[in-house]
Amino acid sequence: MKYFRASDTFQFNAEKCTGCGRCVEVCPHNVFKIENRKAAPVNSDRCMECGACAENCEFGALIVKRGVGCAAAVITGLLRGTEPTCDCSGPSGKCC
Amino acid sequence: MKFEPVQKKLPPLSPVIRASECGCPPVKNITPADIADELKNETWFAGLIDTPAGPVPQVSTEIKLSERIGHIRARTSSFRMKFSLKPGLYAVGSPVSSSDIFVTANYRLSFDHLRKALEGMNAWILVLDTAGINVWCAAGKGTFGTDELIRRIKLTDIKKYVEHRKLILPQLGAPGINAAEVRRNTGFRLSYGPVRADDIKKYIEKGYTADEEMRLVKFTMKDRAVLIPMEINMIKEKLIYFILAAFLYSALQPEGIIFKDAVTSGYTLITAGIISVAAGAVLTPLLLPFIPFRSFAVKGGITGAVALLIIEHCTGAFSSVNLYFYSAVIILFTLISSYIALQFTGATTYTSLSGVKKEIKYSLPVYIAGFFVSTILLVISKIYEWGYL
Repeated sequence: MKYFRASDTFQFNAEKCTGCGRCVEVCPHNVFKIENRKAAPVNSDRCMECGACAENCEFGALIVKRGVGCAAAVITGLLRGTEPTCDCSGPSGKCC
Repeated sequence: MKFEPVQKKLPPLSPVIRASECGCPPVKNITPADIADELKNETWFAGLIDTPAGPVPQVSTEIKLSERIGHIRARTSSFRMKFSLKPGLYAVGSPVSSSDIFVTANYRLSFDHLRKALEGMNAWILVLDTAGINVWCAAGKGTFGTDELIRRIKLTDIKKYVEHRKLILPQLGAPGINAAEVRRNTGFRLSYGPVRADDIKKYIEKGYTADEEMRLVKFTMKDRAVLIPMEINMIKEKLIYFILAAFLYSALQPEGIIFKDAVTSGYTLITAGIISVAAGAVLTPLLLPFIPFRSFAVKGGITGAVALLIIEHCTGAFSSVNLYFYSAVIILFTLISSYIALQFTGATTYTSLSGVKKEIKYSLPVYIAGFFVSTILLVISKIYEWGYL
């Protein structure tokens, strides 16, 4: 199953990549492959912007504008004039 | 909109500051023995084991019937908000200082999956405080995060229990964790295990590596089906208002509100409402990959329209009222099905924030326009029914 392409929020800088493979290890949608000792985002249209790769890349080779793809959170954010929020951690809120 | 900070009136100054006033809970060193004392009544508690570093609560790897019922309740109701356990260090079997440490969230479903998967092993479980939220959701919010992991490593004094410096984390915890920072702060190296706890034994057999299959998040029909009760649960609260409105609309007469005939005609609207909920919250999630287009709003709209037209074709329930009513029902409930399906994005394993924002940008104006058009059509239908048209 594929969703809309996330190319505008996903940046990969091959020069900084050392090919350590951490991104391959953490990506839940198999976006990366190691090719010629460097990571290659071969399936970037599968990216769901969870941010796992960027958070775990020690070399700053990856930038992801991360977030949770939840319509309820986006709408709540629109209504409150804030960033998307689903109140997951609140005591009364419903969860994503 | 701009938010102003709320000016709080400060209490008169006093040399004694109570814990409740300083804004932080009293600092208390939680020892495993303290935890064990509280755990007597927990279903998974298997006793205390003695280790050179002190007693540690041992967890059973068997899932009891009452716990299975708890799982169902957590999947269907707000019970899941309370289905948690105390963060800390636990033991499976009789772990020693060289045993593996598995990290998880303090949501019972996460914890239960893990302990079941560790059956027959000797291992440690480090439970983080994620406010009772599952690993992936908590990682997305950062509560299953770097700070909490570092804090929990220190609070539990886990270095006293093991000689190695390696933690095995669920792969889906990765969005919240900066492995390099954890290593710098605590000396622990992090390994990301498989996505599903069930694969842990395979992961160990393969020399602590997760192959492509173990790392991939899927979204099978079964995965989608278990999410449906919660989708319906969220709509349920709004359904009563809808039913009231449907009856009220049907009862409107030039002489006032007359409920005598409203019951029969009100049912037409309620039937359409139920069809749209079934289409948006049940059929769309179940048939997700088979419905054309990537957009959830479009998927839900298609399912809703098809379901409504099938019912109309078989019963003629909507067109038999009048053409205005028929058009209003098709527009309104197709959009409701679409909106409900759009909500399902929050439960999927593959939707992105930028994609959802894009969907909302295009669908929200359609929803608003459709709502106005169908309201006007319903008013016209009423006037027509009264014979003024």
